[in-house]
This record gives sequence, C-alpha cells and structure tokens, in this order.
Amino acid sequence: MVADGILLRVKGLTKKFPGVVALDGVDIEARAGEIHGICGENGAGKSTLIKMLTGAHTPDSGTIEFDGVTYTSLDPRRAMGIGIGCIYQELNLIPHLSVAENIFLGREMYLAPALNVLDRAQMNAKAAELLADLGLAVSPTARLGTLGVGHQQMVEICRAVWSNAKLIIMDEPTSSLSEKEAHDLFRVMAQMKARGVAILFISHRLDEVRDNCDTVTVMRDGRTIESFAMKERSVADIIQLMVGRSIQNKYPKEPAPQGDVVLSVKNLNRKGVLHDISFDLKAGEVLGFAGLVGAGRTETARAITGADPYDSGNIEVFGKPVRIRQPLDSINAGIAFLTENRKEQGLILIQSVAFNATIVKMHKYGKAGWLSLKRLRDTARKICAEMRLKTSGMDMLVGKLSGGNQQKVVIAKWLLSNAKIFIFDEPTRGIDVGAKVEVYKLINQLAANGAGVIIICSEMEEVMGMADRILVMHEGEITGEMTQADATQEKIMYAASGFKQAS
Amino acid sequence: MSNEVLTNDKLPGEKSIAKSAAMTDKLYQLGVLLSLILLCAVMSVLSPRFPTMDNLMNVASQAAVSAIVSIGMFLAILTAGIDLSVGSVLALSTMMMGIASDRWGWGAYPSILMCLGSGAVLGLANGLLLTKLRLPHPFISTLGMQKMARGIALFVTAAAPISMFPDEVQYLGNNSIGPVPVSFILVGILYIGMYFFLTRTSTGRYIYAVGGNKEAARLSGIKVNGILNLVYTISGFTAALAGLVLAGRVNAVYPLAGLDYETDAIAAVIIGGASFFGGVGSIANTIIGVLLIAVLRNGLNLLNVDSAFQTFAIGAVIVVAVAVDVLRQNVLKSAR
Repeated sequence: MVADGILLRVKGLTKKFPGVVALDGVDIEARAGEIHGICGENGAGKSTLIKMLTGAHTPDSGTIEFDGVTYTSLDPRRAMGIGIGCIYQELNLIPHLSVAENIFLGREMYLAPALNVLDRAQMNAKAAELLADLGLAVSPTARLGTLGVGHQQMVEICRAVWSNAKLIIMDEPTSSLSEKEAHDLFRVMAQMKARGVAILFISHRLDEVRDNCDTVTVMRDGRTIESFAMKERSVADIIQLMVGRSIQNKYPKEPAPQGDVVLSVKNLNRKGVLHDISFDLKAGEVLGFAGLVGAGRTETARAITGADPYDSGNIEVFGKPVRIRQPLDSINAGIAFLTENRKEQGLILIQSVAFNATIVKMHKYGKAGWLSLKRLRDTARKICAEMRLKTSGMDMLVGKLSGGNQQKVVIAKWLLSNAKIFIFDEPTRGIDVGAKVEVYKLINQLAANGAGVIIICSEMEEVMGMADRILVMHEGEITGEMTQADATQEKIMYAASGFKQAS
Repeated sequence: MSNEVLTNDKLPGEKSIAKSAAMTDKLYQLGVLLSLILLCAVMSVLSPRFPTMDNLMNVASQAAVSAIVSIGMFLAILTAGIDLSVGSVLALSTMMMGIASDRWGWGAYPSILMCLGSGAVLGLANGLLLTKLRLPHPFISTLGMQKMARGIALFVTAAAPISMFPDEVQYLGNNSIGPVPVSFILVGILYIGMYFFLTRTSTGRYIYAVGGNKEAARLSGIKVNGILNLVYTISGFTAALAGLVLAGRVNAVYPLAGLDYETDAIAAVIIGGASFFGGVGSIANTIIGVLLIAVLRNGLNLLNVDSAFQTFAIGAVIVVAVAVDVLRQNVLKSAR
C-alpha cells in the first residue's frame, strides 16, 4: 500500500490510433477502498483507458503507477500479476465447466503439480468459501452455463478475488442484469470496498453511479475533464461535464415538408432486447434515434428490416400492416436498411460498383431471369453520376473505394431498390469530414423527395443537427422524445441514462 | 445534387490500385495458362508418346469426367463452401442406375433419369444439412455424405459391379459425332451454359454475392439458403452426370467409382483461380485447372512414375495453389 492511500495513479496517458487520438493525456487517481465511477459519452475514451490498464493496448506515452510501482506499459499477464482484474461486458467464462473450474481457470490447485493432477476437492472447498464470502447460494460444482447472468458475473468476481486483485475494473457490469441481480452486485461491491479493494466502475446508468460511487471522473474526447467526490455533485453536473461543448454549424439541415405517416411501429418487442417500441415516421421527416451504445437502436432497425426476428408488435408501412420475417419482406415493403458496418454487412467488397449498386432485386434488370448487362451498367452509371461518386469506372472493386464513396454506393443501391423509407445506422461512421457533408445533403434530399428517413447516430451533435425529431433509447426502451427545437444535449443524455422524461 | 467537390477522396490513387488489382488477376490467369502449355511441352520432351493423337484424346476423355465434376465443385467453392461428396455421389447415382436397369428392368431413359435424379437429391440433401440442420460448415455435411453415399453404393450390390448397358446409356461416354467424342461436346455445352448462367442471370450473380458476403447478400434481400441449396443440388447433379459419362465409357458401374475425384476437382478449381474465401473465380479458368491436373496425371503415368508419387504430387499441387490463393487475397487486402 502506498502512503497516501492512492493505489492507481495514471498520468498523461496518451494513445493515438490512425486518424484519431483516443486518449489525450488522461490523469486518474484511485484509492484503495473506494468505488470510482468513470463517466463519458460514446467515444470519450473509457474503453481505451481500460485496455491500457488491462494491458490489451500499449500507451504511446504517459505512466501507470500501481501499488507504488511505475509502469510505462502493461501486458495482460503482468496486469493480472500485479493485481488488476477486469470484469468485461461480455463474460469471459466457459459455460460447460463448473463454477469452481471457472474460478480457478489458469490458476488451478494441484495435488501433484509435477504430474498435473488437479486437487478438485480443495478447489471445490475453496470455491464454496469464496462464494459464501460474497453471500452467494451457488454450488461450486454447478455447471456455469446453468446460472443466470448475474451469478455468472459473481463467479467472475470470485475469480478476481482469488487472484488477489487489488483493483477491479467493471465495464458496464449491470447492462445485462435484472434489478435484483444489480442490487446483489452492489452489495458485493460494497463488501469488496470494505476489504480495501479499489473498483473502477464504468456505467451508462448515472443513477447507479450516483448511488454507489465515492468518486467520479468524467471523460470527454479522450481527456479527463474533472474528478470529484460524488457527494459534492449531482447527476446534472455529471451530464453537463460529459457533453459540455458547443455545436458548430456543420450540419446543412434543410427541413422538408412533412406528409402522411409512412412507417408506424407499435409495441415492438424482442425478449431481452426491445421493449414496447412504438413510433411513427412521416414522409419528408428525418427521425433521429439517440442513445448510448447498446441501447437497442440498431436492434430496433434490425427487427423492422427483418435482419433479426421480433417476438411481437405491429409494423405498418403506408398504412398497410406488414409482417416482416426476412429482409426481402421489408425491401418489398419499401424499406432500406443502411447498416452501420458497411464492409461487413452492406457491401460485397470483392465485387464491382455496378454489381453492388444493382444487387437488390437484380432480376428486374432483365427478362425471364436473363440479365441485360447493358441496362444494369447504365443504371448504375447514371445513379453514380447523380451522386457524384468518384470511381474509375463501374468495374472498380468497391473494396478499393474510400469510406465516403463506399457509403454512396450503399445509398445508390437502396435508391435503386425504390425504397421510400431509409434507415441509416451511423450514416457517417468512418467517413472524412468533407464526405460527411455530402451524406447529410443526400439525407436532406431524400427527405425533400418525400422519403421517410431514420438516422441512428451515436454522436449527439449529429442527431441534433440533422433530425427533425429525436427519440432517445435506453436499454431497449424509448425513454425520450423531443423536437429538434426542444432538444438539448442535457435532455438527451438524461433520457439516454435511463431517466424518463419529466415533461 | 450538391455541387461541392470532395477534396479528401483521392481519385487518381484509387484508379491505379484498381488497375493493379485487375492486373494481378490477369497475370494469374495468364500464368496458369502458361503453366499448362509449359507442362505439355515438358511432357512432350520427356515422353514421345505424350503428344500423339491417341494419348491426347485419352487425356481429354479422362478430363471430361473430371471437368463435369468440377462444375459443381466450382459452385460450392464459389459460395465459400466445398463438396467432398462428389465422388461418392457419382458412385451411388450410377449404382442406382445400374440397379434400375439391371434388376428392375427399367428402360434406358428412366434409368438415366434415376441416375441424374439420385445425384440431384443427394446434392439437395447436402444443401439441406447445411441450411436446415445448420451444420457448421459444408466440410462436415459433405464429408458425412461422402461416407454415407459410398457406404450405400457398396451395400446395394454387395460391392459387385454391374455392366452391360443399353446403347442410350453409353451414348454420352462412348460415342462420337464425326471425330469429336460426345463427351467433349457435352463439356463444351455445360461450361458455356454455366458461364452464361453465372454472368447473365440474377440467380448466377446471387451465387457470387452469397460467396462474397453472406450477410450483405441476406440484408440485400437475397434468399441465401435457397442459393446454397441450389448450388449443392447442381453439384450432386453434375457428379451424377459425370458418372453417366464414365459409365458409358467403361460400360459398367462400380461402387468404388469416383474415388478421390473430389481431390482432383478441388485442385482444378483452386488452380483455376477460384478463392477458398468465396465469391471469386471464373468457370472458364476452371477448365484450365482441369486440363492441368489431367495432363499432370497422364504425364506421370507415361513416365511410369509410381502412383504413390502421383498422389503426393496432387496433394502438393493443392497446397501450393491454396497458398498462392492466400497470398493473392492478402495482396488484394493490402491494396485496399
């Protein structure tokens, strides 16, 4: 233990990735026996910071002082060795093994170490002890996969305890827990704290941060903005620090006249993912979906477009009820889904521009299944010229285009599908600034032509800059709705953190 | 539309990369063709019997069977899959034809239909194992089918061959139109037909789309499972058709027919430039791969090379061809 009680002292930690500074001189101090909350918007640098502390990434500069020793970088083995444990969002356990086997995985106890013979009895007994310590009624011999997510997480915590972790990092630990399970987790966290363990608690749920953390550090744009004792501040303060920047006028928004409802979604449910999603979209409207990563925005779009199944709910397109079972159903109804991952889900990179642009309902470029290659190429060439796509020709492989031009091919593809409803998931991700403006202008134009447009954006400025109306989601539910005029970053962040709108 | 010109998209760079990628492909095709010519030249020098008309016809008629099997294999590999069952499907389909003709006294045409139908059904079964039962990879489903079909083929006649078929059954494998064997014409028609199917019909293009990116294809409204079922059905069908040609040529069907045919077909397809990663390849190049393997096998035979070494050589060719494929894909990726 260090004299002043500070267990972890991060100084000037910086990490650059090609084209982006993920961390820019981050300073954080965490004391033994405290729960330290880390808050920030998407992309504020929280995940990158965790990866430095667990040794998954190497910092470019800066130092990590832990337990009195200063390191310039860590690797996963060393991080574990010096007592840094991490409980990830996605559990790193093996469902087919027993609880005890999971706890001791990689740090087993042996009867005869030379012969590699395990001491099962002792491990089970020790596991039972660890579980009882945390107040868990779980048998050490139970198969992990039969436990609920909450209990599995507790097993992760047992692992960390067994490895004598002095610092436990928890990345969104409650995101998949029920209220009761979350409550149990907080009880265990308090217990760990009492034993002098430091906990870094990362959560999008600011009420949990308020109720459980002693200290809070707010991050924004890869920097630490401020650290303070939680009892001295309010949730509102945190939100203000999280967003606190002015929106520059880089969004060429042109409102279009709105018409009839083109898409109406009522009580859309998918077990554990979406809960009673209802909204209407009008012709000419740009409807923004805001929320934090994992709030269920992409999942909503995937359910509406048949990419994933949904359990119940009604979808009406142009006033007609449709049942969507597969992507083709939504395409036939006139819905286009422009996915977040162009390369993985939107394009066939090893195929040409013409091929990708005409892939949806390709049979319409021919008669009786026989394609007219000329018609196909002419159509593709025309739409690409309209969109000012920069390519050396229709045979150019899409994989060779820049991000902005790839996105244009995706838009061209859906324009040619005769869609009237466009759902953009992160329309400008991975696109440089100049091309972003062009994509925004295309969105304006779609709306002006009477299409209904949904944009899912993780950048709050973008959704505020481009949407006529904003829906905010939190954990599979719509928690807020506001017009462009009403929307403020604070309001969005409140709703995105799970506080239902007051008004 | 906007009049702004993008400053950050670098057109000239893109152009040169596209050109160099296309050049890499063209060079590869040229290389394979040159290898074939070189191989023929070397064989001609080493063995004076190689360039004789008799021998070349022999090479070609052996290649005809392999060429037909390779069509189905090409489609399977194009979808990033594989069909390990082609040899066994060939054997079982022709055995079914033998039983229909010999035991049940069916006429020539119903027996032929039995052969082709059996192949298609076995192929569809491969497809359904993949799409309905969701086996993790066609490697598993078609490996299972390989063993099951071979087992049934051996079982139905207690491993005995069946011979003596009506002329109609022998027609494809045994007859000529003028100087040209019917099997050559069949291969020509199949390859040209397949070329147009793959390049000029939406279904053919969708096969490329599914191979190139399954998820993007699905989200673009393509019925991926239907395409996969079709591909494996065609593969079973072409295996049975190859069996029909083989049965005609030797005037017999036997349960161990088509042993190891999948190996030659895989080698031919990969040498022909199709990628194991799926979505890339041309049926026209597959025939070059088929000929290269046929010449290699024939040449080694003429030189009295031990069959054990032939087996080794084919294996080595596959490994080298796939390694070259991996290198090419990496070059394409890094150009991105």
